[in-house]
This record gives sequence, C-alpha cells and structure tokens, in this order.
Amino acid sequence: MKGLPAHWRLLPQRYNLIGSYCKNCSGRFFPQRSICPDCRRTGSMEEFKFSGKGEIYSYTVIRAPPQGFDYQVPYVIAIVKMDEGPFITTQIVDCNPEDVEIGKRVETVFRKVIADGESGIIRYGYKFRLTD
Amino acid sequence: MSVGIVGYGAYLPRYRIKTDEIARVWGKDPESVKKGLGVYEKTVPNLDEDAATIAVEASRNALLHSGIKPADIGAIYAGSESPPYAVKPTATIVGAAIEATPELTAADLEFACKAGTAAIQCCMGLVEAERIKFGLAVGSDTSQGMPGDILEYTASAGGAAFIIGKENLIAEIKDTHSFTTDTPDFWRREGEEFPKHGARFTGEPAYFKHVINCSKRIMERNKLSPKDFKYVVFHQPNGRFPLKAAKILGFDQEQIKPGLLTPWIGNTYSGSTLLGLVRILDEATEGDLILATSYGSGAGSDSFIIEVTKENEKRKNSKPLQSFIDRKDYVDYAVYAKLKGKIKGVKLEK
Repeated sequence: MKGLPAHWRLLPQRYNLIGSYCKNCSGRFFPQRSICPDCRRTGSMEEFKFSGKGEIYSYTVIRAPPQGFDYQVPYVIAIVKMDEGPFITTQIVDCNPEDVEIGKRVETVFRKVIADGESGIIRYGYKFRLTD
Repeated sequence: MSVGIVGYGAYLPRYRIKTDEIARVWGKDPESVKKGLGVYEKTVPNLDEDAATIAVEASRNALLHSGIKPADIGAIYAGSESPPYAVKPTATIVGAAIEATPELTAADLEFACKAGTAAIQCCMGLVEAERIKFGLAVGSDTSQGMPGDILEYTASAGGAAFIIGKENLIAEIKDTHSFTTDTPDFWRREGEEFPKHGARFTGEPAYFKHVINCSKRIMERNKLSPKDFKYVVFHQPNGRFPLKAAKILGFDQEQIKPGLLTPWIGNTYSGSTLLGLVRILDEATEGDLILATSYGSGAGSDSFIIEVTKENEKRKNSKPLQSFIDRKDYVDYAVYAKLKGKIKGVKLEK
C-alpha cells in the first residue's frame, strides 16, 4: 500500500482545495506552502480554502494515458486559473474534448481519481467541470 | 421548536441512456418496455463517480442551501446499497469532504432503497433529544442491474442530502412512522455483483403492502386524509408503482406528478424518495403539506408528514433538481457498459 500516509496527509488539499494565504503580502498559494516565497521570513502563512471556481488557462487532450487512466481517453487535463489567483493542473470531466476552450468557466467537483488495485484504497479528490 | 429540514441538496450524474437503446440490445420491444415500466431514460454515472462522490456533491449542495457551518453538524448518516467500500464508511468521506469532521458521529446505513429516509429518522431522533444541533442524512446509489434483466432499464444513479435541525426550517417534519416486515422480495448476497428479485412478488406483498400500510397509519394517527395534502411522493422503482399506490390511497395525479421522476432519471434507489421530495420542495410554498413514503426491499417503509414554511420561499435552493435533470448527454449501450464497469477489466485503478 504505497503512499497511504501521504494521501491521508493531503486529504484537505485533495478534497477541499485547502492552500495557503500569506497575511503579510496577501499572496495565495496552491498547493499549500509553509513559507511565503515572496516574503520569506517576514511572511506569515495560514490555511486558505479556494472557492473552486476559475477559468481554463490552457489545456491538452490525453490520448496516451498513464497506467490506470486507460479507459477515460480521450480526456482533458487543463491548467485552471483559480479566481483567487493560483494556477492548478486538473482533469476536466463530463465533457467532450471539443467542448473545452481557453477562457471557459469551470468549477470543482468531487470525483474518484484512482484506486489502488481491486483491494486497495480509493483515492478521491478534486477535478473540474465546465460551468453550465 | 419542532424538528425539520434546514436545507437540502441533490445530485444527478450527467449521462443518460434511453430505454429504447437497452431494449435494442436485448431484443425487446421498446414500446412495450416503456409502457410496462413507465421509464423512458435513466441516469448513468461516469467512470469516476460512485455512491460516495454522489453523496459528497449532494451534501455540499445541501450545506450551501442551509447556510449552516459544517462544524455544527453533529451526525452524518449515509444511506446506500452500493457503497464503494464493504468496510470503510462513506459517511467519513462525506464528513471530510464537507469539513464537518472530527467532532461528530457518523455511520453508513443500508436498507435497499430506503436507507436515506432511515438516515433522516436517525438525525431527527438526535436533534429532538438535543444531542446534536444539526444532522446530515444522505441517500445515494449507483445501483446495479444484471445485463438483460428488467432491473437494467431502471437501476440508475443519483442522490440527495437533507440537513435536519430545529432552526430556520424550510419545512417542519410533523410526524414519521415506519412499517417493517421480513419479506424476501429483492436481495444481494455478500460478494455478489448483481441483486436478485422475486419478479411479480415485488409488487403486492412487498411494495404495495408496505407503502400503503405505512401511509395509511401515519395519516390516521394525524387525522389527515389524502385531500389535506398538496403533494405526495412515494418510492419510485418504476413509473407505474407510485401512480398505482396513489390511486389506491385516494391521491390524484396533481398531487403525485411533481415528485415523480423515475420516467426521466430511473430508480436512484436510496436517492429515489428523497429526490422526489427535493423536486417538490423546489416548488412548494408556505403551508403546503407533503406526504413522503419510502420503500426498501427486505422490506419496509418510512412515512413523513412535512409542512412547508415561509422560509422555503425566502431561501430558494440555488441548485434546483430540474437543473440536474436538464443537464444531460446520451450514451449508447457500449459506452454505458464501459461506464458501469460491465465490461470485464474496465476499472479506474492501477
């Protein structure tokens, strides 16, 4: 069962888009950071929950997938610019690749990402879908 | 103050398959299947959706509608007959995904298609006893039908969640009553992929006996008759049974039609009665009385008498059920078989 503790530690990030906010410079970061890359030692970080809304900044269509993702092809992996600033790399679900365009609005959904074989844990997390 | 519904949320997967397409594959006459079942299409979950993801989406929508803080939820009960884990509660996944953990109790419930209403009763008890401030009751399923079986035309996916409490009620739950027997009308043994059913045995001694007796008893106890209700919703295993039950009890078409969803989404099992109730609450106004009676094979029914408050009009749900019903894309049987994992080896795992 590889990576079980790491997955467990990342649940807030994967389930609820919990990142970081620097009280010194108001910078927002995802994934979470313990030190502000701009303020360094003068920064003060706290947890920040992203709204899960944003727009497509760029995307690609996956036709040669990594192991385990075979049956979803063709699927879209996009860089989404979240409304609060940071970029996030994510799968765009419930659409045909031709429906996806740069600038289109997206919102987060809760989905199964991958399971560790037939008897291992199921890894759930964020994906995005096009906003109606 | 009395107990009731503080907020509710629904979720349906995007994909649909038509009855005609399933009938085509199995060499059945689509018109006679549609006439017999009263079902025209059903929802199909995506490869990455299961009873847990549906429960999370519905619960997030309920939380949004209620406006309460997740940390104020003291209990989560997740009802399903298709949980992704045999051992590991879906309720814990829901709790984490809505940020309600860790100060709460949580458990999964199973009672065929009525685990969601059983979850509401559990929450009502804890709220009434003032053990918790709010409880979250969810019913969700990605139900299974054996290829070619009559169940395959109806077994669909979806779910709904209700936040039960005493404050800012959009609807008051005036009473609840249950009717339970040991009736072997539908079952799935441990480790089996598909359920078995007693065919015609699922009607009179099962669905109708429980739904009708439970509904009658709660009306008698409250000195109410069908004409006192604006709406009625029953469990919807197909498009015919609830209409027949309504007729037997003396309800008319106008009372049952608003909450009758099976013709267009199929039987969402643990979500079925709850989604019908969601559809009704989306349009109900102050003072409307609703009778809701679920049915779970095995067998039992839970009835509820619900009175809508003024708050329901003030605080309209921003994600009404109709928006999920209208949001759809059709798939053919081949894609449906892939998405449902009916093709050997097709799994989202490594």
